[in-house]
Amino acid sequence: MADPMKIRASLVGDTTEVKVLMSHEMETGQRKDAQGVVIPAWFIQTVTVTHGGKTVLAAQWGPAVSKNPFVSFKFKGGAKGDKVTIAWADNRGDKRTDEATIA
Amino acid sequence: MDRKRRQVLKSGGGVTLLTLVAAAGWLRPGDAAAQSWNKAAFDTKSMADTMKALGGGEPVQSKDIVFFQTPDIAENGAVVPVGIISNIPNTESIAVLIEKNPNMLAAVFDIPPGTEPSLSTRVKMGQSSNIYALVKADGKYFVAAKDVKVTLGGCGG
Repeated sequence: MADPMKIRASLVGDTTEVKVLMSHEMETGQRKDAQGVVIPAWFIQTVTVTHGGKTVLAAQWGPAVSKNPFVSFKFKGGAKGDKVTIAWADNRGDKRTDEATIA
Repeated sequence: MDRKRRQVLKSGGGVTLLTLVAAAGWLRPGDAAAQSWNKAAFDTKSMADTMKALGGGEPVQSKDIVFFQTPDIAENGAVVPVGIISNIPNTESIAVLIEKNPNMLAAVFDIPPGTEPSLSTRVKMGQSSNIYALVKADGKYFVAAKDVKVTLGGCGG
């Protein structure tokens, strides 16, 4: 199981700014190890961010997203104290869900 | 020598089987997210093929797509910040494509109503290349490009 995500959700005016840092290798499948054996690709494929049961951002990623991926975006309709839930799934079937409170 | 060959065969075979299984739909990695991963689009190597896989036509050049936080020169190709704002009304999705990467498509973000068509993330770049921001709005595709020079590649050995 991967490490928890670092999530920051803050309310500025009427928009909620979400910044998330995930912990993942994001191996491309292009690299070789010291023996010349290709390291198999291992990366997050889908990311879903929900607030109050509604999806506020859905993403599909390829291996070209950086190691320990970072995403920042803004949405309207959040309030202080609300929860923002972020879930990802990778190509090995590993999953992780974390939530943060809007401050 | 022989052992190495076996390893290669073994790992290669494993990947192929997994790919086949995934393609056949027996194994669906994104199941819990209730969202499927568009394998065809992420396998493409050219803009035209990517557009075909995404189900769109030739994108229109647009000045309403703006890059921010994106450097002209990236010192480390493994971590290149990319920020994209779309000023096109009814933006539905924003995709990041990197021209000279082995596979062009890096990420697709769906922007539901209520979410601002503005986001930033970090990508890997194998070499200096154009970064394309592909925006889908009202079912039409728009594109803007930014040239980013990489002084150290992100794809390793």
